[in-house]
Amino acid sequence: MSNWDRFVFSFFNADVIEQYLPSIIDGFFLTCVLALQVVVAGIALGLILALIRSLKIAAVDLLIVLYADLLRALPPLVLIILFYFALPSVGISMSGFTVVWLTLTLVLGAFAEEIFRAGIVSIDKGQWQAARSTGLTHIQTLISVVLPQAIRITVPPLTNRTIAITKNTALGSVVGVGEILNQATTAQSFSGNATPLMLGAIAYLLLFVPVVVFGRWIETRFAWKRQ
Amino acid sequence: MANPYLLDVRGLHKSFGHTEVLAGIDFQVAERELVFIIGPSGSGKSTLLRCCNLLEEPTSGTVTVDGVDLTAPGVDINKVRQRIGMVFQSFNLYPHMTASGNVALALRKVLKQSRAEAAETALAALERVGMADRAAAYPNELSGGQQQRVAIARALALEPKIMLFDEPTSALDPELVGSVLKVMQDMRESGMTMVVVSHEMQFARAAADRVTFMDGGQIVEEGPPEQIFSNPTFPRTREFLARVAHA
Repeated sequence: MSNWDRFVFSFFNADVIEQYLPSIIDGFFLTCVLALQVVVAGIALGLILALIRSLKIAAVDLLIVLYADLLRALPPLVLIILFYFALPSVGISMSGFTVVWLTLTLVLGAFAEEIFRAGIVSIDKGQWQAARSTGLTHIQTLISVVLPQAIRITVPPLTNRTIAITKNTALGSVVGVGEILNQATTAQSFSGNATPLMLGAIAYLLLFVPVVVFGRWIETRFAWKRQ
Repeated sequence: MANPYLLDVRGLHKSFGHTEVLAGIDFQVAERELVFIIGPSGSGKSTLLRCCNLLEEPTSGTVTVDGVDLTAPGVDINKVRQRIGMVFQSFNLYPHMTASGNVALALRKVLKQSRAEAAETALAALERVGMADRAAAYPNELSGGQQQRVAIARALALEPKIMLFDEPTSALDPELVGSVLKVMQDMRESGMTMVVVSHEMQFARAAADRVTFMDGGQIVEEGPPEQIFSNPTFPRTREFLARVAHA
């Protein structure tokens, strides 16, 4: 057997592909669903928290800062294990899928809140004054004047952070979620062949390269010349 | 008794921390009057103007506009602000909206006009400042003078009782100042009540009913432009005018 044949046998084995591709595809779709739910819920959470913080209520601000700092400091894996293995002892038990979704949503929410907040704060206060001077309320100003400008600024960091966090869906393999990595490692141990891992890697690329490209497109789409 | 003044400021104090910026201001503007406020930077002119629509919260004192005491508890400040137009030194147009969108926003959100109705009102306001042909342009496609005229239209569209101008021409290239002053002159002729913080002394001399000189958070003196510019009572006013004339 030549080196090349050995390489193909170990990493791109046709028999293994045929047998395990369906489970990798299942994992791909599960990861898609999980990632999508994390992105939508996490960004919504971050936006809502940033809006609440713009109201400048000291006690509420403190709570949000505390939340954001804790969630940004803790490794997501620690939270996942905590939620999955520790909470049942106080009577709260959630499926692995729910635990991963909840953890990543909370983490993305924390980062998104900080990113949105930075965007909101960076908008010139003349914009606030102009809008308020025409009788717009705080919330109307925020929604119609400040946020549309702030969101453009936040697109690049938010896209990067979102990609980084949704990739953590792979942590679901630790708590039995049938996502890509879990399917791939399971298939690998059953088949004794590394091909499923290659399939898994390819599945991740198929999932995230479009997201990265989409992020880049959004960036240029929403960019406009500053005066 | 009805208040004879459209704008009536009484005993106004404003402090930022321990710094007192306004030290007891009494300032009245009658309907259809054009009042100029001049004075060295840091004299509190802009703060006084911002207190007139409560963009700055006064530390004490009252601000009454068209019979409504803005500082009274329970006043719907957003409602009162519709009647007080404000124009800023840096224009503060919304960069993500067209000229028409800038003008229409408050018409839709505050006056609850329909999109079509607001667009129509916006176009009429832009017409008044000679900007109707650029209604679809974004702020970054307009010169400073054009942007400021759109900003004036944005305030005018709400049909305010009084217009406040905070150094409206200070950020403009000299050749663009005239177009903005022309619009202000037109507004004056149509009977708009205006308070203008500005260093455009020639315009003040030509158009103002009254000139108010401020220094150190107080009104030093006020009077008709000829009197203030040609024969001021106080040395501080004379020194300021001499400095500005040589600048």
